[in-house]
Amino acid sequence: MARILSLPSKSKKSPKTAAKKAARPSVTRSVAKKPAKAVKKAPAKATKAVKVAKPVKLAPVKKPAKAKAIASAPASPSATSSAGSRKDFSKDPINSSLKPADKIGFLREMLRIRRFEQQALKYYNQGLMGGFLHLYIGQESVAVGTASLMNGKDEIITAYRDHGHGLAVGMEMNPCMAELFGKGTGCSKGKGGSMHFFAPDKHYWGGHGIVGGQAPLGMGLAFALKYKGIKGCAVAFLGDGAVNQGVFSECLNMAALFDLPIVFVIENNGYSMGTSLERSSAIRHSLASRAEGFDVDWSLCGGFDLYELRANLGAVMEKARSKSRPHVLEVATYRYYGHSVADANAKKYRSPEEIERYKTEFDPITLWEKQLLKEKVITEAGIEKIDSEAKAEAAAAAEFAIASPWPSEESIFEDIYHEVDHKTEAGQTGRHFFSE
Amino acid sequence: MPVITYRQALNDAFAEELTRDENVFLMGEEVAQYNGAYKVTEGLWKRFGSKRIIDTPISEAAFLGMGVGAAMMGLRPVVELMFWSFAYVGLDQIINNAGCIRYMSGGLINVPMVIRGPANGGTNVGATHSHTPENFLANTPGLKVVCPATPYDAKGLMISSIRDNDTVCFMENTLLYGDLGEVPDGSYTIPLGVADVKREGLDVSLIAHGRAVLTCLAAAEILAAEHGIEAEVVDLRSIRPLDEETILNSVAKTHRAVLVDENKPFCGVSSQIAALLAEHAFDELDAPVLRVTALDAPAIYSMPLEKLQLPDAQAVVAKVLSSF
Ligand SMILES: Cc1ncc(C[n+]2csc(CCOP(=O)(O)OP(=O)(O)O)c2C)c(N)n1
Ligand SMILES: [Mg+2]
Repeated sequence: MARILSLPSKSKKSPKTAAKKAARPSVTRSVAKKPAKAVKKAPAKATKAVKVAKPVKLAPVKKPAKAKAIASAPASPSATSSAGSRKDFSKDPINSSLKPADKIGFLREMLRIRRFEQQALKYYNQGLMGGFLHLYIGQESVAVGTASLMNGKDEIITAYRDHGHGLAVGMEMNPCMAELFGKGTGCSKGKGGSMHFFAPDKHYWGGHGIVGGQAPLGMGLAFALKYKGIKGCAVAFLGDGAVNQGVFSECLNMAALFDLPIVFVIENNGYSMGTSLERSSAIRHSLASRAEGFDVDWSLCGGFDLYELRANLGAVMEKARSKSRPHVLEVATYRYYGHSVADANAKKYRSPEEIERYKTEFDPITLWEKQLLKEKVITEAGIEKIDSEAKAEAAAAAEFAIASPWPSEESIFEDIYHEVDHKTEAGQTGRHFFSE
Repeated sequence: MPVITYRQALNDAFAEELTRDENVFLMGEEVAQYNGAYKVTEGLWKRFGSKRIIDTPISEAAFLGMGVGAAMMGLRPVVELMFWSFAYVGLDQIINNAGCIRYMSGGLINVPMVIRGPANGGTNVGATHSHTPENFLANTPGLKVVCPATPYDAKGLMISSIRDNDTVCFMENTLLYGDLGEVPDGSYTIPLGVADVKREGLDVSLIAHGRAVLTCLAAAEILAAEHGIEAEVVDLRSIRPLDEETILNSVAKTHRAVLVDENKPFCGVSSQIAALLAEHAFDELDAPVLRVTALDAPAIYSMPLEKLQLPDAQAVVAKVLSSF
């Protein structure tokens, strides 16, 4: 504990060094590889602490110039995604077993998310949607990679940047788009909006607007799996800002204490609204390392390369399922747009060059396309076809949404109490609503 | 008199108090370098620096509690909640700590803190982002609750709140930030617990706080123009302390009361006013006390439907007419 706290701190490092650290390529292996069993049996907490390996072995920063350019972006691209010593995750069994159709499917899903959101953005800007619109563009690989690893018994939950996860697990574009338009045909009947997509039938538990609020719910999903004896795991996503909610720390302790099968995935896109990670976390080299203080395993990985993401996440999900233990996986990723579309400062707290660099060098879709072309799994024409299909699907979804009716006025009072909706006996006694 | 926005009026209040009292500091998410999610603190970080204007991580429970502790030591924290809805992750700090410490210490310790931010529906941000907690915070003796409707009131009440030796929960409204109004230059205070009759009338008292006051003023114009009814509009301004005298005087004059409230009806602010009238104005009333409140459902996202959830001038007019 004390050791973690003594890691890079303002007072000890020159700002330059700190920036360098923040921008260093992330490691992809769990560095807190402690034998969970042995540690659990260890009688004294003190010995346990000693056993914990030093959190991060810093890989050398290969290209200082580049690293400097993104110095303000702690969500550094993984070493594997940048030129140089590249670990080939395609050979990982979880990836080598993939069929061409699977790989093309991933591309299709990522493109569907991107085209869906671009379509939504267009109409949001025209004033046809209300509230907030938080775009996932740039981060698509994380949701698609996760969905590709779900085994039918796994459950996932995320925050308000939730369109990508929804589409990735198989929600259809029409109801999703209609939800953004506030229509009665929306996936939440127009009641939840952009931040509140849910598809429990697809093991997707939302879509949550209060930062960090989904973390304990994810723990509940894991608890229920374990309770029912289901060999699945829960994956709870949260942002680099959300880890600072007290409840997340409480979750880490409880998940470890109760041996829950959960993976907390920190989608570290470098910013929480306009606050860079340097300005929100005292420990900057990684957020996942906080898990160490709670006897929870953790690791880091790049989120730009689907193979890398799948290899890392797949392994820890399997560990959660088979060992019923929690894990924190921090994934480096990046959002291209502002925090929400209404974020007027989107290009003030980070440089346009930084955004451009991620788009050109670390775009998960472009990287995957290149990979599939290299593997000769797909042709340029094939990519083009999938992309135009995704665009057409998104455009059709917008048409569907526009043509859909508003929710009925009566629906305002529906979906509040189950007993009332179902006119059960319990729903008949006493007064439930007090509007005049 | 200068005409400025509600947002600017608050900003001026901060600037003046930061200048006047070095114990005042501002803290919250995105309040400094970003200039505030709703730009209420714009320019203050540049002017007053990082010691006085402090960006925090998204850790409401921690920074609310830190505000309480700092206030116990004599500082005057002004803590911004990006939305009052986010107070819910830190309610323990507000209710148990800010609200109870003075009492439990037998008056040894004061908590001179302002907790502020927008608390309103009507912007299609869904149920979890649209809460109006003035009723249940006012349910805690020890806490004060203020809900200004105009730029003038916002500034005067904010200055009073910062100087107040108790914790004040100051509730703004994202739909009001851009509203313009006359606000004098320089410092002035409006005491907490003093309501303001925003329009005089003899026929019915419309009693409201926050944005509902503006709804009442619009309704009053319609009632006068189309129905020959002169409504008096009483702006509570502060919920706790509550200016019972102004409310009772108004009803003694008009003999009718319609309570208009963007808060929910169940144990809402209007419930408290209704109880007051039942207890102390029973003989003055020529008609039952009526209410127009937010519909008793979570805030819906859908744009046209959320409009229906909040009181509008037409609903107030209809309710007033039904009492004659
Ligand atoms: C409790 C709470 N506090 C503040 C907010 C406002 N808010 C919404 S998202 C956000 C930033 C979160 O950033 P991060 O966790 O990094 O996720 P990202 O947006 O990058 O996906 C903030 C401050 C909120 N919704 N809930
Ligand atoms: Mg983030």
